[in-house]
Amino acid sequence: MPGNGFVVRAENLKVWYPVRRSFVELITRKPPLYVRAVDGITFEVKPGEVFCLAGESGCGKTTTGRALLKLIRGAVIGGSVYVKPSREVFEEVSRHAPEAVVDKDSRVIDVYRVPEKYMRPLRREFQIVFQDPFGSLNPRMRVVEILEEPLLTHNIGSTKEERLEIIYRALEAVKLIPPQEFATRYPHQLSGGQRQRVAIARALVMNPRFIVADEPVSMLDVSIRAEVLEVLDELKQKYGLAQLFITHDLALARHICDRIAIMYLGKIVEEASADELVFNPLHPYTKALMAAIPDPDPEARLKYREVPIKGEIPTAIRLPPGCRFRPRCVAYDNAAKEIKRLCETEDPGLVEVKPGHRVACWLYK
Amino acid sequence: MGVQAELSERLNLGALYEMWMVFRRNKAALTGLILFTAIVLMAVFAPYLAPYNPYESVGAPFQPPSDKHPLGTNDVGQDLLSELIYGARISLFIGFVAAVVGTFIGTFIGLSAGYFGGLVDEALMRFTDMWLSMPTLLFTIFLAAVITRIGTFPMLYGIILAIALTAWPSVARMVRSAVLSLKESLYVEAARAIGVPSRRILVKHILPNVAPIIIIEVITRMAIAMLTEASLSFLGLGDPTAKSWGMMIHYAMIRNAITLGMWWWFLPPGIMISLSVLAFMLMGLGLEEYFNPRLRYKEQ
Repeated sequence: MPGNGFVVRAENLKVWYPVRRSFVELITRKPPLYVRAVDGITFEVKPGEVFCLAGESGCGKTTTGRALLKLIRGAVIGGSVYVKPSREVFEEVSRHAPEAVVDKDSRVIDVYRVPEKYMRPLRREFQIVFQDPFGSLNPRMRVVEILEEPLLTHNIGSTKEERLEIIYRALEAVKLIPPQEFATRYPHQLSGGQRQRVAIARALVMNPRFIVADEPVSMLDVSIRAEVLEVLDELKQKYGLAQLFITHDLALARHICDRIAIMYLGKIVEEASADELVFNPLHPYTKALMAAIPDPDPEARLKYREVPIKGEIPTAIRLPPGCRFRPRCVAYDNAAKEIKRLCETEDPGLVEVKPGHRVACWLYK
Repeated sequence: MGVQAELSERLNLGALYEMWMVFRRNKAALTGLILFTAIVLMAVFAPYLAPYNPYESVGAPFQPPSDKHPLGTNDVGQDLLSELIYGARISLFIGFVAAVVGTFIGTFIGLSAGYFGGLVDEALMRFTDMWLSMPTLLFTIFLAAVITRIGTFPMLYGIILAIALTAWPSVARMVRSAVLSLKESLYVEAARAIGVPSRRILVKHILPNVAPIIIIEVITRMAIAMLTEASLSFLGLGDPTAKSWGMMIHYAMIRNAITLGMWWWFLPPGIMISLSVLAFMLMGLGLEEYFNPRLRYKEQ
């Protein structure tokens, strides 16, 4: 049974996309193939914490974020996602879907056991900000309409005046000031950073307990990233909003997150507090990522830096047996024979090597 | 923000003003708009413009053009100019209603197929394919014949229905493909993440973004519907009491005007049909440019 101190907890979460089979494959009954975008990961986000999922493109971090909110379609999903909503929402969900209640006393709900039509109250408290602020706002709606939609959906604010007040407060919280002026604009009249802050405000008007921030600044100019990050940080400081921050930028992750998990090919390979992970990485993949961070020292610009990794990321359809990082692992080459055998045959699970520092590598068992 | 854009916003004329700016710059579209306006005005003010009542015999039959009858008279002595002017009413009415009904059916089917997907999509699209695979004119003739036989309503409506029923499949296909791409758009996913009900997503997020396609479709469908009506009338399948332009040509033919070289009888309605089809197509171009800003700024 999951522990108590979390807002969202994924347990052995799997998202497998079926590969389209040809007609011949169908009638010869070849076993279906899957792209294992997320392949059994377990983590939890604690209240008021910013938890970071980091990894290279295609490692499944975005899929994980969407799977937590039940936004994935056309995939096979395994494992569980547990959430802890407010008392009010918990009661509403448990009234309609008592089968989804995991723990009545600590108000834990298994999201994947809630039928889609009763998901609405949960959606109010578990929100997402997408990577692309140019795509996530309907170009034909004004900011005020975009922000009013969640309020109308969840019956927040009974009169137009009340709703407007909530909207203006949210716009102020994301520093779009004066809110009255921004409210009447269309998305195309805003900069990328302003749009992303509208997207954050859209989540904020519902007063959520948890948001997934899916690479919220990776599509913005460096010059305006700070303003968006500042807003997100303030939400954590002021409102204690728990966040799952998805990024490929480790320097950024260390700067704003409490804990970091590194993903590789659909699995978490290492998880620790931000400083511990950055200053004391254990997994060979984490070490390679660290070595790949550009050195800001201009003197070192011509210095040849070796990144301890080889090859390309393999496809997530046919995963290598044993440890999925083995084909690219430099440590494997230098490892002892009995460890090599383990690497080739068995998948290393996450093991806690120090309090709060978990790693999935045979070298540390 | 440009001064002009700001001004248009303050006047709250945004869309209309911008549309006018596009038409003003695009000469082809402007021509279309002027032609269209002229034809509509002609239809609206027909009783004031026409010198005679087109349903009354007002002179000797088979007269060539003269001062009294600028386009001559037909076989029963009705004034051809008056027929031509009144014909705009019937032709436009048939074109408009058939296009709107056809586009409505197509939009409904395309929206449902695209949004609900799966079996619904498969069933609706195979049905559409089947409909599309029929030779259009032949199929319209068949439908017109069947509908006007079994229906108890005026023949005119039977013909409109027949035209609408052959016009929808291509609209359905277009709307469906637009919905398919919009359905995957991030703002629709964001709406789902908020918990917006799917009916509201369809109405608030998907429909407004396919509206441009629908409007352009209505305009071009109108041109095609008018042509189809003319073809049907010419073949003798029209409503003999409704004097559309196609019907005028039909009568010109069966009264031997064409073999006798009475060009004033069959040429003007032909020209009017061509002009109105041209007007709709050109206007469609302008609208497309307005709705697709990437086209708009190409030439600047």
